[in-house]
Amino acid sequence: MRVEEISSWVEDARKAFASASDLDSLKVARLAHAGDKSPIALASRGLGALSPEDKASFGKVIGDAKAAIAQALAEATTALEAERDRKVLLEEVVDITLPVNRAHRGGLHPISIIKNEVSDFFIEQGFAVEEGPELESGWLNFDALNMPADHPARTMQDTFFIEPIESGMVLRTHTSPVQIRTMLTQQPPIYVVCPGRTFRADELDATHSPVFHQVEGLVIDKGITMAHLKGTLDNFARHMFGPDVTTRLRPSFFPFTEPSAEVDIFFNNRWIEWGGCGMVNPKVLATCGIDTDVYSGFAFGMGLERTLMVRHGITDMHDIVEGDLRFTRQFGVGL
Amino acid sequence: MRAPLSWIKEFVEIPASVTAEQISDGLIRVGFEVEEIIKQGADLTGPLKFAKVLSIEEITEFNKPIRYVGLDCGEGETRYVICGATNFAVGDLVVAALPGAVLPGDFKIGARETYGKTSNGMICSARELGISDEHDGIMVFSESELTIGADAIQALQINDVIFDVAVNPDRGYALSIRGIAREVAGSLDLKFTDPVDALRTLKFEDTGKGVTAKIGEKSSASVFYLRTLSNFDPKATTPIWMRRRIEKMGMRSISLVVDVTNYVMLELGQPLHAFDAAKIKGGLTIKRAGKAQKFKTLDGVERTLDPEDLMVSDDEQPLALAGTMGGLSSEITDTTTEIALEAVHFCEVCIAKNSRRHKLSSEASRRLERSVDPSLAEFASARFVQLLTAHSSAKHVATVVDGEPIYAPLVTIDPSYVSKTLGFDVPPAKVAELLRVIGCDVDEKSFTIDPPSWRADLLTAADFTEEVARMIGYDKIPSILPPRPLHATLTPTQKRRRAVATMLASRGLAEVQTFPFTNQATIDSMGFVGERAATYKVANPMSEEFPLMRVHLVPGLIEVAQRNISRGAKDFAIFEMGSIFRSSQKLVPAISPDLSKRPNQKIIDEIFASVPTQGNHVAGLLVGKTENENWQGKSRSYNWQDAIAYAQDVLQLCNLEWSVARSDLAPWHPGRCAELIVNGKAVAHAGELHPRIIAAYGLPERSVAFAVALSALPDSALVRPTTVGTMPAAVQDVALIVDSTVSAADLEAALREGAGDLLESITLFDRYDKIGDGKISLAFTLVFRASDRTLTGEEVSAMRESATAVASAKCGAVVRTA
Repeated sequence: MRVEEISSWVEDARKAFASASDLDSLKVARLAHAGDKSPIALASRGLGALSPEDKASFGKVIGDAKAAIAQALAEATTALEAERDRKVLLEEVVDITLPVNRAHRGGLHPISIIKNEVSDFFIEQGFAVEEGPELESGWLNFDALNMPADHPARTMQDTFFIEPIESGMVLRTHTSPVQIRTMLTQQPPIYVVCPGRTFRADELDATHSPVFHQVEGLVIDKGITMAHLKGTLDNFARHMFGPDVTTRLRPSFFPFTEPSAEVDIFFNNRWIEWGGCGMVNPKVLATCGIDTDVYSGFAFGMGLERTLMVRHGITDMHDIVEGDLRFTRQFGVGL
Repeated sequence: MRAPLSWIKEFVEIPASVTAEQISDGLIRVGFEVEEIIKQGADLTGPLKFAKVLSIEEITEFNKPIRYVGLDCGEGETRYVICGATNFAVGDLVVAALPGAVLPGDFKIGARETYGKTSNGMICSARELGISDEHDGIMVFSESELTIGADAIQALQINDVIFDVAVNPDRGYALSIRGIAREVAGSLDLKFTDPVDALRTLKFEDTGKGVTAKIGEKSSASVFYLRTLSNFDPKATTPIWMRRRIEKMGMRSISLVVDVTNYVMLELGQPLHAFDAAKIKGGLTIKRAGKAQKFKTLDGVERTLDPEDLMVSDDEQPLALAGTMGGLSSEITDTTTEIALEAVHFCEVCIAKNSRRHKLSSEASRRLERSVDPSLAEFASARFVQLLTAHSSAKHVATVVDGEPIYAPLVTIDPSYVSKTLGFDVPPAKVAELLRVIGCDVDEKSFTIDPPSWRADLLTAADFTEEVARMIGYDKIPSILPPRPLHATLTPTQKRRRAVATMLASRGLAEVQTFPFTNQATIDSMGFVGERAATYKVANPMSEEFPLMRVHLVPGLIEVAQRNISRGAKDFAIFEMGSIFRSSQKLVPAISPDLSKRPNQKIIDEIFASVPTQGNHVAGLLVGKTENENWQGKSRSYNWQDAIAYAQDVLQLCNLEWSVARSDLAPWHPGRCAELIVNGKAVAHAGELHPRIIAAYGLPERSVAFAVALSALPDSALVRPTTVGTMPAAVQDVALIVDSTVSAADLEAALREGAGDLLESITLFDRYDKIGDGKISLAFTLVFRASDRTLTGEEVSAMRESATAVASAKCGAVVRTA
């Protein structure tokens, strides 16, 4: 056994491994050059028959040679495996632009979205969100709001009455009874918004619906003035319509506020009626047992459909009420 | 309320430099919405002349009447024109547009050949001139009132600006030119002359005995003026200027007497009613109808009076529905020579009730129910006498008065209330000054205010504050945010509703909102019965088709689904969240406590309790495929499992625990409906819709639905988590053979019960129904884990056997051996 001979085995193994074109031919080369019957293996097994001196010197040479062959094998294996993987992955390529299986596109109704948006804005301002029943007591819907029976303002609102008429039950014509409920059950300071569904006997057309939504706000605290009302509305309008919107108050009439105002917004280069507002009529506060010497308050109310239509340029109420999915889905979940 | 600028100018000194737009802005600033500015005559160019009809040649060869008319236009020679109208005769005066004239709509008049003749102009109707909607023929005048060849644009006062003003119900005084003019003057700081001032000194001699006037019931009216006139020549006609003003206000000229009553009402705001005095038996009394009886109003409608109706009656019968509409039997006719003119300050509510009971809203009732200046009964009736005697042969006979005007009381306010309410400083002197502008007398020392006679609405400090604010201008109110409260959040219920909606929306369901109305046929077709079918009825529904309040959300979803299907949609999922209105309680008579102070707590509680509970539900309807048809062609249809899964998702989102049981509730398929039970209460149902309903409503086969009673769900409990164990789990599979009628849920519950506390989870992993003999095999994986030790094989076997023992005892299960 010669050292040169051992070196040539290493060299042969390296060449054989390097020339292997795939993992199968590498396996053949491995068996030949590193397998049990390979020269290096046979030499390794023959070490035991050598003299102690030779055993020591050849042992080291053979050990180094085995390590070199093993390394060459590992390198060749890594390279060929990588090449195989490349081929396999290439074969497995798919058209990832094909439509994938997905659920239908869902979405929230735009009125829900705008209701959430208004609620979130006022929550952030420290207002609680109050709600009440849609089928409501006439006393809460009218009388307590300074609209006793035969008050001419009661005819301003085409009311749906519930049988029997003597029950005085109505489908609420505004969300204002929620304000009354709040004042009858809570102590000031009161900061609330009341979004909800309301009813008036109007024919459904491009701009009216007998079933619609309002959001009302109510603040009762010490020292509340009409300037606070204006400030709150300005803030609210900017939130809903963008920083450039301006508001205008115009004198108006509502039995439950005095002074009363209409609030207009200047949006898309024109004045648009947005809602009504005013200082809570002291008569209403008195009915709710709030001391008018200590507390004052303001209230406001807007139609959510109107707000939605103005902001999004929707021209036909039918789209909002019909439930056509092609309309609703465009709004997503309001994100 | 319309208001022509030419009429306003009679009472306000308006400089020529002030534009219509400035006047409109001023009105808007003080609270009068100007809905339209009508510039009459702006698109009309002359020559427009009065012409006398000299000759009429009827041309008959066409299939409509055509006249070839000779006109004297004051030009010295006859002008011939073609005309299609026939409501005039030789000798009448008409309005002729001569060649060169341009009528509204850019309609150029020229000489033209038509119907085989040369037409040298056109005879005009009021509509063609843009001054009214009247188009029953052309305008006809008599020679006595006009000059041939005169300029008709000027004579008919066509060039005018008419403001169409919205008047709020608290401002009845502004339903008059007097009221609007005062607001124009106040808003632009111009000089105003009250037309009533000139009437205060007007007195008429009594020359005979007039019809008597009596207020039968003191609370129904405060003052009743009745002026009797005689010697009226019924041929008298309304002067053109008055007729034109009435037309500009949107009313029609009828006869001189009626026109004068309307003119005075429009000018001052006090409705008047003229009776043919010859038809009155005895005197006039304001009183209730007393009994149901037939009564024919001026519009020819026979009405049945309510005993409570307030009437103006003579000694024998009712003659007028007070303040609302006169009666036919005593109306002014073309033979009337004696007139009784009524001017009353009625109680507002009485007139409102009259009007509402008969669904009859007239120009008179609209004003009287909003309150009219009580002093006007005297002055407006005087104005009537003044105008009628000036334009006819009528003579005043006598004036009879009952009662006297009652004015709004003096009010003392703290002037600092104004600043405290508006949020900026308004000195007391300024408050007084502005209140004087609207007609108040103010004693600045005591700040006692005497409101003007026409402002019965000014009663409290808040009322005066609004007046001050609108005179200063609402634009002067500063913008300040209120003090900010500490904290608010959505309530748990609100958060839950929002999370459920967002969850469903993000899992493929589109939210819809339907009208909460239904009908009995729908309730019946759904199969709802008993308390699930009972609901409230709307007394005056939008449509007789849908008079009931909905008892369930699914019918509305079906309607929306049908609409979407009819528009081409096939596969989709929708949901709605909202109230349902099952009549859980009988409605009690209305509770209406006094409004001057807070009702006592018992009454408040009763009012709250009188309002029935309205459950909040969420429901979904899933039709067609779970996804759009795709290139693999493998989309599957929604089935009962999807519906149940969504219902469970809702409960899981609310962190509740539930059990599932079979149900046969409407509107579901009786064999394919699950009931989800929380705390022993069924809170949700889901499954396939009843095939009968699917067929009846044309839905795709096997459409499925779910409904969850959100308001019936308990609050989520505070989470107290168990410690997460790190000891190894022991997994055991068991396969059990049971009758096919045994439900998986029951079998699972039995296994769970027998397995004991160390059971961590149980999962059905196989169901085999080909065994025969009415048997099925259900196989479960049971996972056991102890928190403190590794379970031994003996322990696990014992627990598995305990589990199968209970399953065997409760469900007749037999362990399946391989």
